[in-house]
Amino acid sequence: MDALARPARFNPVAAVGALTLGVLRTVGAVSLFAGRGLGAALSGPWFLGQLGRQLMAIGFMSLPVVGLTAVFTGAALALNIYTGGGRFNAEQIVPQIVALGITRELAPVLAALMLAGRVSATIAAEIGAMRATEQIDAMRTLSTDPFRYLVAPRLLAGILTLPLLTAVADAIGIGGGWLVSTLSLDFSPAVYARATVDFVESWDVVSGLIKAAVFGFIVTLMGCYHGYTAVGGARGVGQAATRAMVWAGVLIFASDYLMTSLFTER
Amino acid sequence: MSPRPPVLEWRDARIRFGGAPVLDGLNLSVAAGRSLVIIGGSGQGKSVTLKLALGLMRPDSGQVLFEGAPLPGLMQRGQNRLYAASGVLFQGAALFDSLTVWENVAFRLLNADGVARKPARAAALDALAQVKLEPSAADLYPSELSGGMQKRVGLARAIVARPRVLFFDEPTTGLDPSTAATINALIVDQVKRLGCTAVSITHDLISARTIADEIAMLEGGKIVWRGPTAEFDQTDNPSVRQFRRGAAGLPDA
Ligand SMILES: Nc1ncnc2c1ncn2[C@@H]1O[C@H](COP(=O)(O)OP(=O)(O)OP(=O)(O)O)[C@@H](O)[C@H]1O
Ligand SMILES: [Mg+2]
Repeated sequence: MDALARPARFNPVAAVGALTLGVLRTVGAVSLFAGRGLGAALSGPWFLGQLGRQLMAIGFMSLPVVGLTAVFTGAALALNIYTGGGRFNAEQIVPQIVALGITRELAPVLAALMLAGRVSATIAAEIGAMRATEQIDAMRTLSTDPFRYLVAPRLLAGILTLPLLTAVADAIGIGGGWLVSTLSLDFSPAVYARATVDFVESWDVVSGLIKAAVFGFIVTLMGCYHGYTAVGGARGVGQAATRAMVWAGVLIFASDYLMTSLFTER
Repeated sequence: MSPRPPVLEWRDARIRFGGAPVLDGLNLSVAAGRSLVIIGGSGQGKSVTLKLALGLMRPDSGQVLFEGAPLPGLMQRGQNRLYAASGVLFQGAALFDSLTVWENVAFRLLNADGVARKPARAAALDALAQVKLEPSAADLYPSELSGGMQKRVGLARAIVARPRVLFFDEPTTGLDPSTAATINALIVDQVKRLGCTAVSITHDLISARTIADEIAMLEGGKIVWRGPTAEFDQTDNPSVRQFRRGAAGLPDA
């Protein structure tokens, strides 16, 4: 038989091995990058002007989109719980479950996803373009550490502002549930509010805010890492932006599950 | 008394990216106050040679020494000494596009040297004047400048802190002849006036003859010829002859 016609032999063991090595190498590289970035973020000296800029760009500019997401989610959640509760004659459970769902899960995760869409791709594109045009090399030769000047302010802004955004989303999301429940589900405004306040424990809120800080780190880390390691000009920058967004999303869900299982009292 | 070590030295530097080696035992050095120009065809490793000298890449084997001391690893601190002493003009100028012209020029002063904004701005305007740019350009953003003006801003940024070593990556590539001549003149002026050591890479022979004290030719990952600029046009070295003919637009011999 003609050797050319024969397909190359596929060795599944070698393929799995290569894949595993590739994954391990990436995990190692991301961990090193994260360590260097966190080191710079936590130890100072800080570029406060850069930090201020990033707090505005990452945190403040995300308020409208996070607020809108929260109000609609809270309202839809209330309607769904009303339907579900009705099957057990337990419609009055709406305020408690809305509050729990929003504070523990939906506010942090949805705020993080909105941030991933808005911010991680932007960061990757910014830093990737700087890499492609030798601006990062230039910065180093100007005696300025890009990890301090570029990476640390973005990581810090993510870690600091996503909990704040989440706190706002908590309030607005619960408000959305309250609004739809009192306007169209015959709840008394005062009774609904009372039920929420009496039910929610501080840990419900705090655990959500802790999640948010981790998500804020993930979103900005993915943007910085993929931008910093971008290769191959404009096309590489585009790929970096897409990768940053996708991986931020995946890691948000994975770490959400991990943290939730840690936080669950059994 | 031992003689002063060269300002920069590549010692048997080798590097490859997967395939054939790009640098295959590069030996080269620059003495203080001299202007060395490295020439060579496209893809011969000129940019890699410069990146090694700047500690932006590591050789697979061999060493790069700055004032007699090897450059430390990439993840270590301690290239600070090299960077504090040098100014670099990158090929595309590499200006920070989120900063104004004067903030670009004063970047080192503002962010590494802790100079206050007012004196930093004054120093930046001074450097801009040295490269013949009007103060009115100071508050523009890089995207509002022509390529030639960006190169001048890049040059101003390289000289603002009075470096001892200057690096130029293709300083005239992509510029029209008159702007290129201006940039060459500015480089000669800076090197002579500041008494700097300069390392440039280019494939522009006009530029090389103007700014070089010495020329080194890189081919096949090694230095195949090196000598004073005056000897460059006389030598019988086949690689150099070929390069001269190519630059003059003549067919290969
Ligand atoms: N980071 C890198 N990764 C992989 N290969 C690289 C890298 N940098 C350079 N190379 C390869 O090394 C070789 C030399 O590149 P280099 O940019 O130094 O050439 P050059 O002499 O500067 O050419 P030119 O005049 O076109 O700029 C090229 O084949 C290039 O593809
Ligand atoms: Mg080059």
